[in-house]
Amino acid sequence: MTFLNLAGVQKSYGANAVVRNFDLDVTRGEFVTFLGPSGCGKTTTLRMIAGFETPSAGEIRIEGRDITGLRANKRNIGMVFQAYALFPNMTVADNVGFGLKVAGRAAPEIKSRVDEMLEMIKLPHLRDRYPYQLSGGQQQRVSLARALAPSPQILLLDEPLSALDARIRVSLREEIRALQRKLGITTIFVTHDQEEALSMSDRIVVMNDGAIEQIGAPFEIYNLPRTRFVASFIGTLNVLDAAVIDPKSGTIDIEGNKVFAARGLENARAGETRAVALRPEAVRIGPGGEGRNTLEGVIEDVVFLGSVVRVRMRLKQNALLIDTFNDSAAPPPSRGQSAQVNFSRNDLIVLADR
Amino acid sequence: MKRSSPGAWLAIILGVTYFLAPLIATFEFSLRLKRGEYSFEAYRLVFESGNFQSSFLYSTTVALATIVIGVALAVPTAYWVQLRLPRLRGLVEFITLLPLVIPAIVLVFGYIRLYDSSSVLPLTGSAFGTNILLTLGYVGLAMPYMYRSVDTGLRAIDVRTLTEAAESQGANWPTILLKVILPNIRSAILSGAFLTFAIVIGEFTFASLLNRPAFGPYLQLIGASRAYEPAALAVMAFAITWACMGLIQLIGRGAPGAQDTR
Repeated sequence: MTFLNLAGVQKSYGANAVVRNFDLDVTRGEFVTFLGPSGCGKTTTLRMIAGFETPSAGEIRIEGRDITGLRANKRNIGMVFQAYALFPNMTVADNVGFGLKVAGRAAPEIKSRVDEMLEMIKLPHLRDRYPYQLSGGQQQRVSLARALAPSPQILLLDEPLSALDARIRVSLREEIRALQRKLGITTIFVTHDQEEALSMSDRIVVMNDGAIEQIGAPFEIYNLPRTRFVASFIGTLNVLDAAVIDPKSGTIDIEGNKVFAARGLENARAGETRAVALRPEAVRIGPGGEGRNTLEGVIEDVVFLGSVVRVRMRLKQNALLIDTFNDSAAPPPSRGQSAQVNFSRNDLIVLADR
Repeated sequence: MKRSSPGAWLAIILGVTYFLAPLIATFEFSLRLKRGEYSFEAYRLVFESGNFQSSFLYSTTVALATIVIGVALAVPTAYWVQLRLPRLRGLVEFITLLPLVIPAIVLVFGYIRLYDSSSVLPLTGSAFGTNILLTLGYVGLAMPYMYRSVDTGLRAIDVRTLTEAAESQGANWPTILLKVILPNIRSAILSGAFLTFAIVIGEFTFASLLNRPAFGPYLQLIGASRAYEPAALAVMAFAITWACMGLIQLIGRGAPGAQDTR
């Protein structure tokens, strides 16, 4: 059943529409990530859920109750900010207990909940420190504990890992996800980092230019991108132009090579041009066997990356990136060499836009 | 290491002499009330004077009232301008600077004309009303310093994010201002308060023309009729001002979170 519902939500500043027709249903306990480049409207949408921005149109509902016009302090939504936003004048314990104090809870209850939260983030020994005495990772943990202490119905995370160094980022994202699973709290996470989105989310909402491009599970978003934008934003992808030969049999032409697509040509017409995408790791060097597609070209570059070897092959117009695992028994091809590559019909993604 | 030039030393010596020589001379003169020996007799006489005590107490009370009203006006104004109305920043800064541009004598004559006993709000018709008028006049006079101090303090913290963090914790506006914003600009408010105190304690024009028993007119009266006591009072006035400045430094350094306000 839908827990959080956004229906036709829009936000405009004058003539500039920053969020357009945003529709989303989130179920209770789900971890949903808004992913997109800077300026795509993901943070504005999050801020509308939090109550810091008022939608120009549309409705936001929690368990069917319309909260669109409700003030932020009445929504019972916890938020973690990119810049930590801990209150500098308060100790760690006071920061964590702030929301409970505001709610008028009794002192023993506040103390016990603060202790519980500090145990949860594994920082009980820092309860009397001030924020400036903590590292970035510790500050963000305290910020998370503060957001969770009043038992909010939804947790919002606005790029909480962006200001941290790479090592802390990875460990903290695992901690956040583990906590979210343990508490079963409905969570909306905003990031522009695809790795964070893919590793943490139940579902990802990919946004571009104020609108949703695609909603899906990480596996679906990565393997079956619907648009050229999603395909190019998530991971590395070869996007090639193809001419449709026979939509029924899924036959297309890529620069003189006749190949087959397993799906995606249902609404296509013979003769039209469609964009197709291919993950570098789905391509193998060598001629294809039964049921596999083959492309021919010239090896243009070979980059040895340790466990992976990245090869760039020139077709006629386009270049194709191929990632193969390093194999000491089979050295990579040399530059200038003519080669054939093959891939499964299922790995050829026909994009919805051209 | 860079060697300092003789020119720089000369400029420093000239500057120090310019500022300190009159002070040292005034202090030395204030000690010469008793013929043929140095003593603090002038200071003793000043402290024993009933007029000194009453005028100093009066000015201190007015200064404290000025600080409370000034903070109550400047903090919410600067906070709202920073948070919601940044486009009005220029206009508000211009308005708060006006007391520096308009001479105090012009302001006080304006007040007397506006609030005399025949006006709708006859504040000058009673001693209490005049005290209120004097206090509000001082609020205006000290506003450039109070507003700037508060504004500088607010700029040093992330007002928007702290406000939103407190809101998401369920706090309303009064709670946010009192529990989150005010404590984090405490040293800025104290800077404004001490500057206000220093201005009000020695102010003459407003108090004299509104005929209030303040410390400024008392200083002028003593100066016109005595020789050594005014010098002692001048040294004391400097000491009070410096003490205020010292406190600003001390509190600014010791505030929790002063090292990093993020």
